[in-house]
Amino acid sequence: MNSGSHLDVAIVGAAQTKYESAKSHLAYNELVYEVVRELLETTGVKMAQIHSQITASQDMYDGKTISSMSVNEVVGGYLKSECKVAADGLQALLYGVARVASGAFDYTLVVAHCKESEGKPHPITGSMFDPFVERPLGLDAMLATSMQAERYQTSRGITDDDLATISQRRHRQAARNSFSQRSGDYSVEQIKNSPVLMGRIHELLAGPTSDGACALLLARANEAKRFATKAVWVAGLGNSTDAYWTDRDLTESKALQDAAGRAYRAAGIDNPEKQINVAEVSARFAFEEPLYAEALALSKTKKIHEWIASPDAGPSVNPSGGAITGNPATVVGLTRAIEVYLQLSGQAGEHQVEHAGLGLAHGRDGICGQNHSVVVMRSNSAVQ
Amino acid sequence: MPQKVAIVATGQTKHTSRRTDVNQREMITEAIRPALEEANLKISDCDAVMIGNMEPFEGYMFPELWAVEAWGGYLKPSVKFNTGGTVGTSTIAAAYYYVASGIYDVVLAVGFEKQSDGHTQTAITTVGDPVWERSIMAGALGNFAVMASTYIHESGVTPEQAAKIVVKARRNGANNPYAHLQMPELTVEDVMKSDVIAFPIRRMDMCPQSDGACAVVLVSEAKAKKLASKPAWIKAVATAHEQQYMGDSPKRLAVMRSQIDATRRLYNMAGITNPRNELDVAEIYEVASWAELAMYENMGFCARGEAGRLIDEGVTEMGGELPVNPSGGVLCTNCIGATAMIRVAEAAIQVMGTGGKRQVDNVKTALATGYGGNAWCDAFILSNNSN
Repeated sequence: MNSGSHLDVAIVGAAQTKYESAKSHLAYNELVYEVVRELLETTGVKMAQIHSQITASQDMYDGKTISSMSVNEVVGGYLKSECKVAADGLQALLYGVARVASGAFDYTLVVAHCKESEGKPHPITGSMFDPFVERPLGLDAMLATSMQAERYQTSRGITDDDLATISQRRHRQAARNSFSQRSGDYSVEQIKNSPVLMGRIHELLAGPTSDGACALLLARANEAKRFATKAVWVAGLGNSTDAYWTDRDLTESKALQDAAGRAYRAAGIDNPEKQINVAEVSARFAFEEPLYAEALALSKTKKIHEWIASPDAGPSVNPSGGAITGNPATVVGLTRAIEVYLQLSGQAGEHQVEHAGLGLAHGRDGICGQNHSVVVMRSNSAVQ
Repeated sequence: MPQKVAIVATGQTKHTSRRTDVNQREMITEAIRPALEEANLKISDCDAVMIGNMEPFEGYMFPELWAVEAWGGYLKPSVKFNTGGTVGTSTIAAAYYYVASGIYDVVLAVGFEKQSDGHTQTAITTVGDPVWERSIMAGALGNFAVMASTYIHESGVTPEQAAKIVVKARRNGANNPYAHLQMPELTVEDVMKSDVIAFPIRRMDMCPQSDGACAVVLVSEAKAKKLASKPAWIKAVATAHEQQYMGDSPKRLAVMRSQIDATRRLYNMAGITNPRNELDVAEIYEVASWAELAMYENMGFCARGEAGRLIDEGVTEMGGELPVNPSGGVLCTNCIGATAMIRVAEAAIQVMGTGGKRQVDNVKTALATGYGGNAWCDAFILSNNSN
């Protein structure tokens, strides 16, 4: 097995839409057209050079069976090898890396899209649940997540103030990210007093309903070299699935520990807290950020309260503002990868982290984060 | 250059219309267990699992996460695919690329569908564009009826010739212990007497709806030599899509640009110049009798308009020059998330020589295809030779 440094695969470009609560003026294939076109323009790679495309989307969110059919044309899939991953966008990136690393393709275009505004979250996310026992109870993702939040906060002694602090920080950071959906200088009180969505989860402790798409281009070493500092190298991959939500302890994430372990070993990382400069973690809810930071071993030497209080001591986490400020399901993980790419190639603009050589992107899927993906990336200068 | 990849084992359920005795989780294990046993592997020996299913058909989102224990996914890498009729071949292709890249050495591919849990044709109606197509679409059947009409007009094939395809399939199915429909006594007259369900398609011309699962073990060259005396090597993989809208892909079945493109690329990669002579067997995703005839032409088994003659002369029958679908094909079994994977599994079985009553003699080279929404075509060449 080789899920790391000798893959010779780089990300050479990326594009995102602005994330918005309802892009009612555009169909989802038009969102994809926007990002693919921008990606081709900025990289100078022609569609005719790209023979492999991986898209990530979810039929249940799109209300359309084989939802990738609608984007096939705009991703250049006509008579080409497009494939669709029905999971988080970071899974599409992982498969894209395998395609390029196999030597069968010079480039692979990776795309994720979703318009959450067009569906109803209760029946859609409710369809993830056990059909025999749980669905009749009326469960959905928000309900299960609120139970997880309660469990996690109680087990670690994390207060609502702690979580509001995290949300406050991310919404301030999002103001420096032009693609972000929701930003602002909210006070801890404002966040805590925002409307209750479910249990202890308040509106400003959860990512809003979001529409958007993003795309990135993977290239083999030979092609990637000419992109110089705009090439960011894939250094390690990991993916893992946990037990079904009722069969595990929701206060930890064994699957993320496992996925991260795989990616770290491949990338030769033994102390992620010290070695990683920037991490984009898929945390749609405030409580998920410390939960996943623990599993990623980004807070190893500190108690989680200290980590929440002084977040910049280790790697910069979610300098983009993160998913709590608005990214749609399925797109979230690929957005994280794109943000890490922008940081490591020095293109993050106002939210650029200094001296970012090694970065980590995390994606998750399923009830209470059952499936996790991790990609470790290295900047061109860190490779040399 | 991609590293060499081989199939060393396969497993299937006994496919049927309604598995009321098991749930999805339990059904999956019935395919995985024999595949692992054949390869003499434990689930812990598999580096990763690629898994395919059409979620809207059963109305489960992420059924593979609910069923994680069934496919040994706990703390193991996986990817989930949902690409319509091609799910099974998309899943196999992913397993192929992961092994070819050296990322994993042993990958289990699993495809499943339990259609009796949901309503497939309702979900297939949402394949159409909501503004332009949905109101005039009627599941898979309406689509194939339009395509078959065009093909008949273009090629002059007859209903009797289509009926012969059905008879071949269902009689072959009787030799396959996993096949859903098994009709050893079926005649052309029986097919011609069955009800027209959407002109020109009769009930017997169309595939059934099945519950079932398939599992395939794909491994690297070093592992293949340890695990199997006669592995089926994957020599070439190709995928091609059509345009999204029906109107943009005229004569979709009669001139399947995607299948022509995918198979020609495939033959080039595998060094095949005359598929009818050089292939020993084909397992194709045919869905309807008329489609199989059109596919003969598009895959280069015969010249344009000659498909009817191919079946009249028995070329594609068992014992013919190029047997097509010894398993009985999709006309006997269609458990969608597994169907295209079954094509690859059955082609591998032929190459490995483990086909029992459905085995074609002396198979060296086999073709397997997947077909799905947008006339999406996947194609594979399997060989008994690693070079």
